[in-house]
Amino acid sequence: MYVAVKGGERAIDNAHAWLAEERRGDPSVPELGVAQIREQLALSVNRVMAEGSLYDPDLAALAIKQARGDLIEAVFLIRAYRTTLPRFGASQPVDTAAMDCLRRVSATFKDVPGGQVLGPTFDYTHRLLDFKLMAEGEAPVAPGEPVEPAPVPHVTGFLNRDGLIEQEPESDAAPGDLTREPLELPASRALRLQSLARGDEGFVLGMAYSTQRGYARNHAFVGELRIGTCCIEMEIQELGFAVEIGEVELTECETVNQFKGSKTEPPQFTRGYGLTFAQNERKAISMALVDRALRWRELGEDDSGAPAQDEEFVLMHSDNIQATGFLEHIKLPHYVDFQSELELVRKIRAEAIAANKDAPDV
Amino acid sequence: MSDYNFAYLDEETKRMIRRAILKGVAIPGYQVPFASREMPMPYGWGTGGVQVTAACLTPEDVLKVIDQGADDTTNAVSIRKFFQLTAGVEVTEATAGASLIQTRHRIPEAALTEGQIVVFQVPIPEPLRFLEPRETETRKMHELEEYGLMHVKLYEDIARHGQIATAYAYPVKVEGRYVMDPSPIPKFDNPKLDGSPALMLFGAGREQRIYALPPYTKVVSLDFEDHPFEPSKADHDCDLCGASDTYLDEVIVDDQGGRMFVCSDTDHCRCRREAGHVGRLGVAA
Repeated sequence: MYVAVKGGERAIDNAHAWLAEERRGDPSVPELGVAQIREQLALSVNRVMAEGSLYDPDLAALAIKQARGDLIEAVFLIRAYRTTLPRFGASQPVDTAAMDCLRRVSATFKDVPGGQVLGPTFDYTHRLLDFKLMAEGEAPVAPGEPVEPAPVPHVTGFLNRDGLIEQEPESDAAPGDLTREPLELPASRALRLQSLARGDEGFVLGMAYSTQRGYARNHAFVGELRIGTCCIEMEIQELGFAVEIGEVELTECETVNQFKGSKTEPPQFTRGYGLTFAQNERKAISMALVDRALRWRELGEDDSGAPAQDEEFVLMHSDNIQATGFLEHIKLPHYVDFQSELELVRKIRAEAIAANKDAPDV
Repeated sequence: MSDYNFAYLDEETKRMIRRAILKGVAIPGYQVPFASREMPMPYGWGTGGVQVTAACLTPEDVLKVIDQGADDTTNAVSIRKFFQLTAGVEVTEATAGASLIQTRHRIPEAALTEGQIVVFQVPIPEPLRFLEPRETETRKMHELEEYGLMHVKLYEDIARHGQIATAYAYPVKVEGRYVMDPSPIPKFDNPKLDGSPALMLFGAGREQRIYALPPYTKVVSLDFEDHPFEPSKADHDCDLCGASDTYLDEVIVDDQGGRMFVCSDTDHCRCRREAGHVGRLGVAA
């Protein structure tokens, strides 16, 4: 005699307990500390902060630990926590020209005021597994010497002086907030950038790559890529002026793209822009390329039908928390709908078979 | 869980959701955009329904949560637990005893009553989505009441299969105006939407949409005069309670082609068995 399956609650509790045990792994191996993740898996932490839209390396490290290293799951934990936080206000716009740079490169000029600073990059490493790391030896100390802080002006500023690059119209209007208002299309550039900044790194990378391979190609030069810390200032109402409340690490990428000119405007370079939390340069560059591709309408370019030009396609599918949720939900029970399909297919088949039987042989 | 507000969401968010619900009630069948929040369960697990439920719950409410018609499916258990934890409301499996019912993929068999709220979890709120993927286009089509594409699709079904080949999420027209997706309920449940005394609310979290059917709203399943809408179910009686008028799950019981059919609405089936009804394979209670 069949008895309907019961015990969903016990199954869930047991699954959670098993998961916790698996997360810990072999207890004879020392447990990973949150500080270790924060310090030694910093690029994972950075990605979780960027896509989680929350700048907190400790919480991001905790999320990575809890998620067993699944970064999308970690982003999800951060997002779910973030929505519960009270909003005290908005900061002043961040002045990235005043960034204390640890890395700053320009591909468009051999040298620029402020210098080319490679910083801590994988760029010229040979990708050979370093077996010494398995032995867990002490890390070598990098040589260093004190430098006088000097201004590092934006490279696009030099082009701007000669009118060679489009001028972004200045605006003091408060940008919309993707997390507080439903996204309606067409979206402003500010909202598009917001969406790309928290979009999935792999998705944005793939979209950017597609533009390089000819789907809405618009050759991008990295005018400048800079990584460093910026002050966050906030106006305190009781004081009536802005005070520094902390600093964040940011990666900023400005691309210089071609523009043929139009009837009203002479040829000029155009811009793509990417900005992410912390060191995250693959994401920042990708973002700049996709931003530029999405600007076809305002720059009077043709819609070539490329996915990266399609605002609705890009913005509606870049969020990995939405995507993974909807994708994975198909493993939930769907047997009621399946049953209705089953009945339908049986009925259509029965009618088709009966019709074939009645048909005269030829 | 005193760290969180009653029913998890903060009051300002609930107010925002209630405004969307009220707008939805005022324009039956119209999809109202709302600033869906990230919930502590994944998109696709009912975040829209959960937010609508959170915005409607009061401490006096009695909550019932079902998935596939059953109270004990894993996700129903999980959502019920979430509200027990965050709202501390009373829960029940009895349809008649619930003031708010959150459901995925079914409408309970027992007749609903005035004062009850049914909250549906909706994956894709746009009935035209699979005919036109662009939201910018489908919103325009609703504005202009341009539903020809849907009728063409239904007609093509008939031309190809001899009948309308949609078994669930069967589109309806609300008060003669908006074409609406009733969520992925089997079309067997569609007639229960028409003129229901209960308030029906639909929440799509990922897609950021809420829509509603106020009590006693006219809801018509789309069809043609010569191919009228037909709610369908497995051609059997429930093997446990003998009901001939309920939606049935088909359960494979062996590898010899053996199967049995049981009510998908577990509460309804249990009540019938307790009242002495016995099906083909059931045992007297």
